[in-house]
Amino acid sequence: MTAPALVDYADVVARYEPTLGLEVHVELSTNTKMFCGCATTFGAEPNTQVCPTCLGLPGSLPVVNRTAVESAIRIGLALNCSIAPWGRFARKNYFYPDMPKNFQTSQYDEPICVDGYMDVTLDDGEVVRVGIERAHMEEDTGKSLHVGGATGRIHGADYSLLDYNRAGVPLIEIVTRMIPGTGERAPEVARAYVTQLRDLIKSLGVSDVRMDQGSMRCDVNLSLSPAGSGVLGTRTETKNVNSLRSVERAVRYEMSRQAGVLDAGGEIVQETRHFEEQSGTTRAGRRKETSEDYRYFPEPDLVPIAPSESWVEELRGTLPEKPWERRARLQAEWGISDEELRDLVNAGAIDLISDTVAAGAPAGEARSWWVAYLAQQANARGVELAELPITPGQVARVIALVAAGDLNNKLARQVVDGVLAGEGEPDEVVESRGLTVVSDDGALIAAVDEALAAQPDVADKIRAGKVQAAGAIVGAVMKATRGQADAKRVRELIIERVGS
Amino acid sequence: MPSESGAISRDEVAHLARLARLAVTETELDTFAGQLDVILGSVARVGEVAAEDIPPTSHAVPLENVFRPDELRPGLSQEQALSGAPAAEEGRFRVPRILGEEA
Ligand SMILES: [Zn+2]
Repeated sequence: MTAPALVDYADVVARYEPTLGLEVHVELSTNTKMFCGCATTFGAEPNTQVCPTCLGLPGSLPVVNRTAVESAIRIGLALNCSIAPWGRFARKNYFYPDMPKNFQTSQYDEPICVDGYMDVTLDDGEVVRVGIERAHMEEDTGKSLHVGGATGRIHGADYSLLDYNRAGVPLIEIVTRMIPGTGERAPEVARAYVTQLRDLIKSLGVSDVRMDQGSMRCDVNLSLSPAGSGVLGTRTETKNVNSLRSVERAVRYEMSRQAGVLDAGGEIVQETRHFEEQSGTTRAGRRKETSEDYRYFPEPDLVPIAPSESWVEELRGTLPEKPWERRARLQAEWGISDEELRDLVNAGAIDLISDTVAAGAPAGEARSWWVAYLAQQANARGVELAELPITPGQVARVIALVAAGDLNNKLARQVVDGVLAGEGEPDEVVESRGLTVVSDDGALIAAVDEALAAQPDVADKIRAGKVQAAGAIVGAVMKATRGQADAKRVRELIIERVGS
Repeated sequence: MPSESGAISRDEVAHLARLARLAVTETELDTFAGQLDVILGSVARVGEVAAEDIPPTSHAVPLENVFRPDELRPGLSQEQALSGAPAAEEGRFRVPRILGEEA
C-alpha cells in the first residue's frame, strides 16, 4: 500500500488546525544515578558503571538521590509548577531488554511537579504561553546495539547487545498541555519551546542538555482537526527528534503527512513514529501501548517523597535569573539591537562577553574581541567559541593591556594567539614573545628620521600639508619596529620631525 | 474453560502474552486463563477484609523522604557485571532480537 501524498504546507494550514504536545526528557548531570551510587559519565566503556541495583539483581534495593530530587523541584519551580507535597514512584512494567529489572521506575499519577507554564517568545516577539502539565522523575534506560539485519536498525536484527551504563541515570520528563491554536506557526512554536526550555534548564546547571548526545530528547505529539470543527484529531507521537531543527521539521512533516491521510479518507493511527534525520520524514514504529499495558503500580521499594514547604522555598531561592530576562538586561546594558543580540546568542557568545565584562573589560571591546578575532579563530579550528582555550579573564587582561598603551591591536592579537597556543597567561606571552609597544621616543624618533630620509618625496608632501601622506612613513616605522610601535605616537612624531 | 471469577479473560491473557513476546498455544491459553483467574480471585479476597476505615496502602512502614547523597559508590566491573549473563559480546549483554519490533 502506498502512503497518501503529502499535502502542501500552505494548504494544510488553510484547512486544518494542528494541536501540539511536547514531551521532553532531560538527563540530569548528577554524579550518580537516580537510585544507586553508580557514575553517570557519558561515553564510558560498556557496563562499567553498573551495580546490583541498576542491573536489577535479586536482593538489591534502590535509594533516591537527593540531588536529583532537588534538580527536579528546581526545574518545576522554574516552569512555574506547583510541587506536590507528597508523591510516590511507580513501576512501569514492560518487556524490552533495555531495563534489566523488567520495569522502569517512574512516576505515574503522582508527579512531583504539576500545572506550570512557560511563556515562549517567537522570533518576531509574539509570545505563546505553553502550559506544563507535569514534570516527573524517572530513570533512563540502557542502550541497545542491534547486530545483523539489513539496515542495522532493530528491524531484522539478529540479536541485540545491551550496555546498562545509562540504565538508572536520573531523567526528568517534562510534558506540555495540548497547545492548540498555533496554526501555521506550530513548527516554529515547537522549536522555540524546546530552545527556551533547553536554555532554562542549562541556566539551572542541572543538565548539560545536549541534544546531540541524548541528554535532552524530544517527542512530538501532533494531531490535526478540520479547521473550525473543534474536533480533536487522533495524535501521533514522533520520537528520535534529536536537534532543534528536527523538532521544527518533524512537526511540519507530520502536519503534511496527516493531512494527506485525512484527505484520502483515511484514519490517523495512534502510534509511535520515528523521525528520519536525513530525509526529514517520519516512519511508523510500534503501535502505542496503552498505559494499562504498563500495569503501573506504586513502587514498594521506595518510600514516598514529601518535600516540605521550607525545602521547596529554599530551592526557589537558588533559581537564577531566567536566561531570556538576563538577555534583555544585557542587551540594554550593552546597548545592542535585537539582531545583534540574536547573533551573539547564536554564536554562543553571551556568557563569554558577560564574563569578560565582569572581569573588568568595557562591553564594546569585549564584544568585538569575541565576535571578530576570536570567532575567526574558533571557526578556523572548527570549534565552538566557548571551546577555545582562552578564558574571559584572559581576554579582559589583553583588553586592559591595550587600554594601558602597553599593546597595540596587532600585538594584542599576537598575545591572544600565544594564549590559544598554550603559552600561558597574557602577561607571560607578552614577556616570552617580547611583545610590548615601543614607547621610548628616542628609538621611535630614530626610526622616523630614517624613514623620512629614505622617502624624501613623501617628507616633502607632508611638509606641504598633505598629512595623509604620513601613512607611508607610519608603515615604514611599524615595519622597522616589527609592529611594536604605537601608531598614534609615530604619527605625532612624523609631524613633529618634518616640521623641525 | 470459561473464567470462574471473571478476574481475567482469555483475551486479556493472550494480550499479556503478546506484550511479553511469549508464544502461547490455544490450549495453554485455556489453561493459563483458568489458573490466573483462580489466583486473582484468591488475591481479590484480601480486599473483602478491608473495611471503609482502612485506607489502601502501598507501603508497610510509614516512612518518607529517605535519600542518599549524590556520592559515587563503587559498583561492579564489566567482568563481574557480565558473569551471570547467558551470553555476552563486546562487553555487552547479548539478548535475542525482539520479534516484530521496529525500534
Ligand atoms: Zn548502579
